[in-house]
Amino acid sequence: MQRALRPKRFHQLWPFYLLAAPGIIYFLVFHYIPMSGLILAFKEYSPFKGMMNSPWVGLDNFRQFFGTSDFYMLLKNTLLISLLNLVIYFPFTIILSLLLNEVRLKVFKRVSQTIVYLPHFLSWVVIYGITISFFGPSGVINHYLGQWFDGSAGFLVSNEWFRPLIIFQAIWKDAGWGTIIFLAALAGINPEQYEAAKVDGASRLQSIWHITLPGIKSTIVILLLLRLGSSLDSNFMQIFLMTNSLNLDVSNVFDLFVYHVGLEQFNYSFAITVGMFKSVASLILVVGANYAAKLMGEEGIF
Amino acid sequence: MKLRATWFDTIIVVIICLISLLVILPFLYIIAVSFSPPGDSMAGNFFIWPKHWTLDAYSYLLNANTFLTSVKNSVIITVMGTLLSLFVSITLAYALSKKFLPGRRTMLLVIFFTMIFHGGMIPNYLVVKNLGLIDSYWAVVLPAASSAFNIMVIRSFFQSLPESLDEAARIDGAGEFRILYSVVLPLSKPIIATFTLFFMVQFWNEFFSAVIYLNDTSRWPIQPLLRQMVAISASNISAEAAVDAQLAANLGPNVQNAAILLAMLPIVMVYPFLQKYFAKGAMLGSIKE
Repeated sequence: MQRALRPKRFHQLWPFYLLAAPGIIYFLVFHYIPMSGLILAFKEYSPFKGMMNSPWVGLDNFRQFFGTSDFYMLLKNTLLISLLNLVIYFPFTIILSLLLNEVRLKVFKRVSQTIVYLPHFLSWVVIYGITISFFGPSGVINHYLGQWFDGSAGFLVSNEWFRPLIIFQAIWKDAGWGTIIFLAALAGINPEQYEAAKVDGASRLQSIWHITLPGIKSTIVILLLLRLGSSLDSNFMQIFLMTNSLNLDVSNVFDLFVYHVGLEQFNYSFAITVGMFKSVASLILVVGANYAAKLMGEEGIF
Repeated sequence: MKLRATWFDTIIVVIICLISLLVILPFLYIIAVSFSPPGDSMAGNFFIWPKHWTLDAYSYLLNANTFLTSVKNSVIITVMGTLLSLFVSITLAYALSKKFLPGRRTMLLVIFFTMIFHGGMIPNYLVVKNLGLIDSYWAVVLPAASSAFNIMVIRSFFQSLPESLDEAARIDGAGEFRILYSVVLPLSKPIIATFTLFFMVQFWNEFFSAVIYLNDTSRWPIQPLLRQMVAISASNISAEAAVDAQLAANLGPNVQNAAILLAMLPIVMVYPFLQKYFAKGAMLGSIKE
């Protein structure tokens, strides 16, 4: 009886296909057609001949890319930023979640959550603007450095300060937001465990160590693997804004290189080669991370 | 259980207060500078409470044509983008929430694959260019119309609605569009509200696609203009290269910080509404079938 009420024949189904059509067309045009553009990595694109008629060059673009010192610089910068995010930003998020979870005063917890989530919704340009107000040449920090220590630092135009600033921005913007998923996992821990531990005479620190942390272990593992899987994706918008000619030695990452080569020097083929290397390597990393998650007995992402 | 504050609770509250303060202080400083005459902030003789109050920065910005144009562009892009995104995402997610639809799995795979592989910046640029969208608002709006993540979240919401509702409506003789419009959408207010706000934030914050797709700077939304206004003081770009030389020449710290504040004002205004929903919305994404 129930089955008969479901649309089954095409004349009953077409409304659903019609509803799906705009979305599917969107995905095909703006996600799949670009994928076909990757073919230009194997061609020497000439705007006069067009995509189809440009001559094939095989793996020349790749050879050229891997042959330059640029490749190692880009790889090093990209991975270092990811690594710093992994060892500073990521644990910070976990610690913040644990702290918030230990707050027993509900009102205080809600207020502080509201505050730390907010920066996530600001644009990177706004974050960049705030950074300049503080760290810029006439920013408040340089002002006090000048007043108290008789000096100033070129925070935004030096190699040494680029990475610390990037990490600091990332923490300020997103660490609060990142706690959401951990807090949800923490809410799933059975409170009886804490009661039992308390009866056994465990201190708060001991129950964090023996109950809370193991309780969110699988969430930590999954998020860690996801981050490893995306280690070639730097936060492009953030880096694009923070970069300049004076810190390019440390700020040049794959995406930025693609932007300079492709959209500033119009060398589409070479830029696509670099972009394709990144996309394929990322795909392998993500699939590998998912596989690793499953090996470790976790659910995986797909 | 009675709450008895121990030293442990005290330490935690103190640490969280410090962190919250670290988040709030920059805002207070930005506000203070924007209301201070430029001389005061350059002399640095205040931090979060201006010594002398002035509205100069705001009256200057609200009379600067370039700035007003960018606000107008941002509003247009935000409205266009939000409506389009809602339409594309809701219709597709609704169709995909129907388990009886043949070809559903294939469509899901096609969408899911875009989460782990993509053509990248240059192929995207070439597509937008070949469609003749350069310098039109559509170049910013269309490529960002939806994402696999949005589809998955909205779809899982639709799937949580009882199927018998549709069937009852069908027995009453309602067509499928009628069911979506008169039965499903009214029940989906929470998810629609969430995504309306998400899309608004997303399009208001749109920066990079404007930089690469809009050569005609009179179409620029507020974010790229703000970047130029701010970058001038960091010497990342020269005042001569700025979109509006006159605007650049009058940039004091008060004007820059007022612009930062105005650029985030809509976000701060929708945030209280957003906040009610987003934690749930963010969690929905991690729920699997």
